[in-house]
This record gives sequence, structure tokens and C-alpha cells, in this order.
Amino acid sequence: MIRLFLIAILGVGLTVTSAAAGDPIYPDVPKPLFGKPHPEGNLFMRVNHMKLLLHTRDLTMREGERDVKYSLAECLTCHAVNGPDAQPVSIKSDQHFCRVCHDYAAVKIDCFQCHNSKPAKETQAWIRPERADDSAIASYLKEAGQ
Amino acid sequence: MERIIYREIPANRGVWQLAILLGAFIAAAAGAVLFIEHHGHIVTGMNNQIVWGLPHVFAIFLIVAASGALNVASIASVFGKTPYKPLARLSALLALALLAGGLAVLVLDLGRPDRLIVAMTKYNFRSIFAWNIYLYTGFFAVVGVYLAVQMTRNVSASLVHAAGTLAFIWRLALTTGTGSIFGWLVARSAYDAAIMAPLFIVMSFALGLAVFVLVVTGVCRLTGRPFGPKLLTRLGSLLGVFVAALLYFTAVQHLSNLYVAEHAGIERFILRDGGIFTNLFWVGQILIGGIIPMIMVFHPTGRFKPASTIIASVLVIIGGLAQLYVIVIGGQAFPLEIFPGYESSSSFFDGVINVYKPSYLEFALGIGGVALSLMITGLGLKTLRILPRSLSDANVNL
Amino acid sequence: MNLPSISMAKKPSEMSRRDFLRSGAAASTIVIASGVTLMAYGGDASAKGADANKRWGLLIDVNKCASNCTACVSACSKENGWEDTGHPETDAQWIRKVDLKEKSTGHELSLPVMCQHCESAPCIDVCPTGASFKRADGIVLVDKHTCIGCRYCMMACPYKARSFIHEKLENQKKHAPRGKGTVESCTLCVHRIDAGGTPACVEACNKTGHGAMIFGDLNDPASEISIALTKYPSVALRDDLGLNPGVRYQNL
Repeated sequence: MIRLFLIAILGVGLTVTSAAAGDPIYPDVPKPLFGKPHPEGNLFMRVNHMKLLLHTRDLTMREGERDVKYSLAECLTCHAVNGPDAQPVSIKSDQHFCRVCHDYAAVKIDCFQCHNSKPAKETQAWIRPERADDSAIASYLKEAGQ
Repeated sequence: MERIIYREIPANRGVWQLAILLGAFIAAAAGAVLFIEHHGHIVTGMNNQIVWGLPHVFAIFLIVAASGALNVASIASVFGKTPYKPLARLSALLALALLAGGLAVLVLDLGRPDRLIVAMTKYNFRSIFAWNIYLYTGFFAVVGVYLAVQMTRNVSASLVHAAGTLAFIWRLALTTGTGSIFGWLVARSAYDAAIMAPLFIVMSFALGLAVFVLVVTGVCRLTGRPFGPKLLTRLGSLLGVFVAALLYFTAVQHLSNLYVAEHAGIERFILRDGGIFTNLFWVGQILIGGIIPMIMVFHPTGRFKPASTIIASVLVIIGGLAQLYVIVIGGQAFPLEIFPGYESSSSFFDGVINVYKPSYLEFALGIGGVALSLMITGLGLKTLRILPRSLSDANVNL
Repeated sequence: MNLPSISMAKKPSEMSRRDFLRSGAAASTIVIASGVTLMAYGGDASAKGADANKRWGLLIDVNKCASNCTACVSACSKENGWEDTGHPETDAQWIRKVDLKEKSTGHELSLPVMCQHCESAPCIDVCPTGASFKRADGIVLVDKHTCIGCRYCMMACPYKARSFIHEKLENQKKHAPRGKGTVESCTLCVHRIDAGGTPACVEACNKTGHGAMIFGDLNDPASEISIALTKYPSVALRDDLGLNPGVRYQNL
């Protein structure tokens, strides 16, 4: 009993010291380059992003509906992380937006075996802060289409 | 007549050596699977022309032999033949083990074996493959129950008969499903035939019994348990009948194809111009797998020698592998007839005989499946009361 | 003897049952609420997308197809990101030019062959997971999320339309995701069609001036393809199989 208590104290102490030393317990999620925060909130996104992606995936794949709100392409466009060459990094880099949390949680990502993990070239032109508008991005993606 | 006493096999030196050898083959197969999964199928000999290769030959062999291995138990429980009853438990165990090995090879050769959960939750019931998934997993359940019922004390004979009958019917459905994988393909002239399902059923009779004979005599030899020569001769005669039936169905398959001008191309390929496929057909399948075993078990000179049945079983297995190689790979080697009446050529290998060079990785995977089946059988024999203490002729009411 | 008044303290078993029921109600509310939320955000698909009233098809005029021209193949390869890596046996090919010579007459011709987008496609019938499917507008596709790479569809296709990806891929096109261990074939450039365009092969063939390929809606009697189909004789490959492909050939 006393041993359990001591281990708990040790654990708390370690986490407090590591946090104090600037070493984060939770991953340092990179901020998106542009765009407004999701109206549903970060917690909702963290919990439900796969459900949304799977839903839009089925809509686009099976029904052919491309005017969907949460497509993978849209996620990658805002959440691109630029590497040292100011180009978006691919999933091979551990700085990739998806990898930051997925490496921490040790959940394997299956998407990028087939999907390109960098935003498509034609949408990279939009990585400019003044065009930071959800609906404009979505409509451009629809136009850029291919 | 002595009582039949079922006992676990002792772990003597021979058993340990065999277990280590089998373990090595299984480890090699595991290594091959990891290598293929990491690098992709480009490291194997399979390509866009020969999409199913050596692993599938081994897998289908094991699956077909699994359903056939259950035959011995069915003859005992369903058809009431007493001499086979002491063999029934091993027959059921071997059926389960062979199916497990075959499915392991099949699943591990998938392009995305990590998606097995998807395969087990999303079904397209127009596909015989989807039905097969249920037939295979159901086989485990049905034969598992059958084995358990056989091993339970104070169980009425009618219950064993009922369980055995269900297992018998299930395995016929399973083998029909396996044969229909090929029989229901309209695209390829080697396959599109209703006879594929019955052909596979008869193949299962022959291959399953051959594997069973080798396993039971091998284990008895390894553990010093007697196996009666009269029983072995009887199994040999049964094997001869099955091989004869298999030759008959093969003859019907090829004669029907030969009569139809549309299929003359594939028949010419298999029977005359196919190089390795022609050799495997005539020498492997017909001669080694058909005619010689039949002579050995039926001709008076060899008929009552126990060695005849054992050697005949080895030859039947070789013939079975040859037959499956000709069916699976020969069927793909022959080009698709997209433009009847034309010679075609393209960058995608239209109109040419496709060449298949299996890699060691595929061979390792296939052999690993066989080793897995034998390992599971050995573990079952070691931990459960499957094998009788003696299978001598005194014990078997001949 | 006086019975003690009913105390407010409950026995542990009763307490946990009621709490369990309460938590169950809470859990289901959360699940339903999030479901409603999801539907509100992602599920309000309008009646756009694949139109069941259309059936997309191709008509290829073999006379106009030049034997040394591979514009359609190059265009498809560039558009969808598959390429010749020097391993012809394992490289994917969504479309290929086939050179034919009639055995009895010696007559030679050449034509492109791709997925025929059959109405009763055998690849769809045999796929165990349903990954091979047909969209409402007749385009046959592979859902690579569900594909387990069993290659049964490749065995079943009479036209050898399907390719298996034998190695790891990178830099896929955004509109054509493709990955190791799955099977793929011509998508009739579904991403272009949904944006109102035409397949890359048809566009390239028109650019070369040959104009051997017509794309259009087979269900629309006023479309260019339907008019051509009614005016001139055409055949489907392996018509005897009864698959009713969406791709037809003229002057074959």
C-alpha cells in the first residue's frame, strides 16, 4: 500500500519536473498555416476526425459527392507543416501534422500508403494568410477539382 | 480384440527433433512473409500476368487435403465402418490442422494481410470467396464440435453420428466452394467449367487420404505404436479407388474441353505445347500421381505390402501438387482470349504465354504452411488423447 | 417490533444497478447527440454526385487509331501517376495499345484496351469485400480502403484490365490515390468527369488529331456517343460473355 503511494508520488514528481523543464507531456501540435479554428473545437476534432474522414470518404468514393466538408485534401491544405525548405513535409518526416499526435499515441496511420501526404501542388498556392477563409478554400478545392 | 486406448504421444527424441525442424520451417515462412509485406510483391515471382503463384498452390493443396482428411472420420461416423473408428479422432484433428495451415498461407500472401479484419466484416455475398470465409471458419467450429463429441465420455453413438454427418456435409460444401473459385470464372478458358467443383471434391478424397496415411503411419513409427498391415492395405485400396475416380474426372474435364473448338487452344497448351505444364500434367499428375499408385495398391505383387500404400501416398501427393500447379498457374500462363481469331501483342503481355519463376520466398511460405499444419497436429497429438495406443490388426475388427 | 424506517442508504448492488442504468442513458445520449452532430456537419450531401440516370461510356473507332500512336497511354499515365519503372511484368498499366493481326486474313490493326466498365462486371461479382464496385453512373472502381489485395478480380477480368501494385509508392496524384498491396484499374478519369470534363485519354487522342475516342453518356440519346452508336455498327470485346461493357469499338 505504502509502495503504491510512493510510486504515485514519484510519477507525479517526474511529470511535474519534466513539464517544468519545458519537456511537454503531450505532443506539440503544430499550428495550421492559415484558416480559422474548427467551429466544433479541437477536442471534437481529436476524438472524431477519423469518423468525419471515413464518412466523407464513403460519400466521395461510393456516391461521387465531392462537395463535402471534411475531405482529406482539405485537412492537408490547412494543416501542412513546412520543412526547412519552406515546402510541406511528407509523412516520412516526424514533423508532419498527423504524425505528431499519431506517433505519440502509437496509432498506425494507414491513409498515406495510398494518399499523398502533402497538399496537392495546385492548392499550395493558397498557403497565404490573407486567403484564410474556410468557404473560399472549399470552393477553390472544388474548382481545382482534379 | 483388444480395447482401444487413446493416449497422448510421449515427447521422445524423434518427436522433439521433428518439432524443431518444423519450427525452423515456420520461422523461415514468417521471415518470408515479413520480407514480402515490407518490400511488396515485387520480390516474389508473381506479377500482373501470374497473379496467383506457388503460395496459392500450397494453400489450395492444404485446404483440399483438409477436407479430404476428414473422410476417414466420416467413413467411421457417417457410414459406420468399424475398422476406421480408431482413426477418426486423428482424422478430425488433421483436418483442422491442414485447414489452419492452408488459410495461414492464403491470408499471409494477401496484398494487405493487415486488412484481415476488413475481410471478416465486409462481405460481398455474390462472391464465392466471401462464402468460403464462412465455410472455412464454420469448418473449424463444426469439426471442433465433432472432435469434442468423439472425445467425450458417455456420449450416445447417435450424437457422434449426427456431428459426423454435419461435418461431412459441411466439408462437401467447403470443397465445392473451393472448386467454384475457379469454376465460376468466365474469363479464362482453363477454368470456366462446372466440373471444377466435383473435380476438387474427388481431389480432396485422394489427397486427404494420402496425407492422412503418411501422417498416421509416420506418427506411429515415431512413437513406437504398432500399425497393422491389413489396415494399411485397406487404406491403400481405398486410396486406389479415389485415385481412379480422380483420373476419371480429369479425363472428363479434358475430353470435354478437347471436343469444343473454342477450348482447343488451352488443351493444346496443357496437353502438348506447354513445356513445364505439359510435363507436370503427364508425368506428374497422370503417371506419378495416378497410374503408378494405382498399380502399386491394386497389382497382386505389391498389394499386400505395407510399403505400397505408403509410397503410393507420397506419389499421390506429388501428383496432387502437380495437378494444382497445372490448374492454378497453367490456367494463368495461357493468355486471355480477348480477340478471338486474332494474334495480339502489347506492352501488357497480351497474346503471349506468361512465364512464372517462383522465388524462394514463395516456396518458403508454402512449405511453412505445411510445417504449421504438421506442428498443430503434433501439438494436438501431444496434449490430447487422439492416437490409440495400438492400431494393430488385432485391435481393428477386420 | 418496529421495522426501521426505510433508510436512504442503498445496498451496494442496488446502487450500482441504478447508476449503471443512469450511465447507460448518459452514454446513449452522448452517442446519439454526436451522431446527430456528425450528420449535421458532414452528412448533408445534396443530390449531387454520381447521377444514376447517366451511364458513362467510350466509343473507339479502330480505323482512326494509328498503330504507332500511344497518346492515350501517355496521357493516362501522366494524369494518374502510374509509370514505366522498367519492370514491365509488375508495372501497372491502366490502358494499353494492343496490336492485332487476324489469323485467317493477315489484316492488321491497333486499338487501346482499358477497363471496359461492364454492366455485369465479373470483377465486382468476385470481390470478397465489395471493394470492386460500380458507381451509380456505371463507372467501375476499386475502393482501395477495403481492398485486401487478394487479386481475385484480376483472375476474373476477361480483359486483363486490372493491375496489382507490387511496391511502395510515393508522390501519388491527389485525385488518384494508389498504394502497395491493392489492385487498381482505369477509373474513366472519374475525378475529371465529376468536374464536368472528359477522360485524359480522350482529350489526348483529340489533341493528336486522330479523334478515335468519343466519351459520353450512353443513356442520353442526344449525346454524340449515342448518335454514333445508332448510326454505325459497333461491337464490345468478348460480347459473348454477356457483360454489356460501357466501352465499344467501331470498325473492329
